[in-house]
Amino acid sequence: MSAIAADRVWKYFGDYPALRGATLEAPAGACVALLGRNGAGKTTLLRILANLSKPSKGAVTVFGQSASDEKVRARIGYLGHGIGVYDDLSAYENLILFGQLMNVPDTKAAANAALERVGLTRVRDGFAREFSRGMRQRLAVARAFLHNPEILLLDEPFTSLDDRAIAVLHELLRDALNKGATIVMSTHQIREAMELATQVALLERGLIVHSGPRTPEMLADPGWLYRKYEEKPQ
Amino acid sequence: MKRGLLAALFIARKDLRTEFRTKEALNASISFAVVVLMLFSFAFDLGRDEFYDISGGLLWLVYVFAGALIVNRSFIREVPNDCLDVLVASPMPPWALFLGKVIASFVLLMIVELVSLPVYGLFNNIQWMASFWPHMGVMMLATWGITITGVAFSAVTVNVRLRELMLPVLHYPLLIPLLIGAMQVSTALLKGEASDIGQELRIVIVFDMVFTSLALYLIEFILVG
Amino acid sequence: MRDKATYILGILGTLLMAWNMHTIFVVLPGEAAQGQIGKMLFIHVPAAITAYCFYAVAVVCSIGFLITKNFKFDSAAVSAIEVAQTFTLVNLVTGSLWGHIIWGIWWTWDLRLTSQFMCFMLYLGYLLMRPAIAEATQRATMSAILAIFAAADIPLVVMAIRLHNVRTQHPAPVLETGGVDATWWPPLLIGFVALVLIASALLLVRLRQESVHREIDSMRRELHAA
Repeated sequence: MSAIAADRVWKYFGDYPALRGATLEAPAGACVALLGRNGAGKTTLLRILANLSKPSKGAVTVFGQSASDEKVRARIGYLGHGIGVYDDLSAYENLILFGQLMNVPDTKAAANAALERVGLTRVRDGFAREFSRGMRQRLAVARAFLHNPEILLLDEPFTSLDDRAIAVLHELLRDALNKGATIVMSTHQIREAMELATQVALLERGLIVHSGPRTPEMLADPGWLYRKYEEKPQ
Repeated sequence: MKRGLLAALFIARKDLRTEFRTKEALNASISFAVVVLMLFSFAFDLGRDEFYDISGGLLWLVYVFAGALIVNRSFIREVPNDCLDVLVASPMPPWALFLGKVIASFVLLMIVELVSLPVYGLFNNIQWMASFWPHMGVMMLATWGITITGVAFSAVTVNVRLRELMLPVLHYPLLIPLLIGAMQVSTALLKGEASDIGQELRIVIVFDMVFTSLALYLIEFILVG
Repeated sequence: MRDKATYILGILGTLLMAWNMHTIFVVLPGEAAQGQIGKMLFIHVPAAITAYCFYAVAVVCSIGFLITKNFKFDSAAVSAIEVAQTFTLVNLVTGSLWGHIIWGIWWTWDLRLTSQFMCFMLYLGYLLMRPAIAEATQRATMSAILAIFAAADIPLVVMAIRLHNVRTQHPAPVLETGGVDATWWPPLLIGFVALVLIASALLLVRLRQESVHREIDSMRRELHAA
């Protein structure tokens, strides 16, 4: 059984199909790098997987159940384009709030541990709006990983991260994979993604045109997949 | 259900905490209410007894104008940093998120109203203390109607251009039956003639019931596109 | 097919309206108290009922969109509301003119005029909001929600105005002529049918416009994605 699967998902915005029967399966424990040019539909697909948007046709299942099920959503961690933290709350207050909403058992301990993990313990009582960009990114990562999610949905997570934040995120992702989590990550930072990925999928104009294991060619030359599909006759 | 209600309280607490920290909407709303009250004093040159006849009407006009500043901000708070996405993606049911925001807006608007009422009484020499508790009852009922519809429209207009202009255009016409009922009850209470306000009160209660159920049911369509 | 239907409905409605106008102004005698001006009723009342019918169509289509996510329902809803708003305006203007000519007042807050005006204001918000939402699916969803809210409000408006008018001793609906003469019912009903036919033709024209807009929007997005 896949951990998370999209089965022939279509998404219309008006009459325009942003997704045209996209099918993606992420087995448990896999790290799927979702590649594609701008406008291919990566964000749309991830938002549907995270239950932020309903598919026009097709279905999304998480551990065999509907993605809109509350219990299922508690097992998913989402990191979108925005950092998803409140500027007028402290780092600690942000994590307490999201811990409570994600049904984390001991929210105080979890929040403190998360702050420690991302190196923000020193500034735990500082307001998020006073943080540097890198610190805000690390807080966002702490928020996404707070409830030890079994599935992580990340939309271009490495974009605009500083070196420290990239290192923290890398470490957290490795740990999560070692614990058996499933990751679906859309990215333009192909190199970072290829290092972690076990599966690679290429989305082109709303359709998954390639989905399979990461190969040595992809690791050696991260742009290989793009070129392969650009050369294909239309 | 229990988890949902708890989540609603967490959201309400978060909204109230951030608002009490900055007091942006509260200060603007209370200042606006006082200015409107002042303008009414210049606009109407009535004798004291005549003023009682329009007292309820004016009071609710102040509340609803000042209230716009509170309910407008409700879902807009979630827009920076895409926090709304994180909340919708969480296990919390959409109705719980909505209810939490309504509760927070309700508390904030009640604060504005409870500050405005004595100021209103002071500027216009209106006796409001004798009927305070029944008046508090109708204030709570009508304020619930204002906030439940206002917060619903705040969610609808989150991605709308010119939302600050759009919200009053959409919200105020909808409130008219509620305001007619509330104004008449308030006027009757302030005049001390409250024996016969059952039907007006009924309109307020029916409005609350209809729009509370409608909003809680439809909020998922609004939040999950 | 749809164009043919539009022409047929439009022409039929116009012919029926013309024939009915002849009956009303040439054949029927003037109203007992108001003379020929009383015949304003033949436009004023059917316009209101046509408007309410089309508001109802819009609400049903709005619910239909939320359930099926089919954009044909959204197009039908906005088209029906625009047509209904036009006929509401006709009702309000004729009511105002009628009031001014007979009773010397341009407006009165009687139950009918007020509730008609409220309908107009509620759905005006709907029409103002639509262009302010760029994305088609969001626009359709939010419009549907708004249409449903507005429809739920109308009965409450009627209750509230009725109560208000009783409390404030407001005069009873001024624009009634008392009983309607028996000979007036057939032209009244025919007038209603004629207006519905014309309104349906307008609806089909508007539906076609919406369909073309969606197609253009979709082509533009395809172009950007390429």
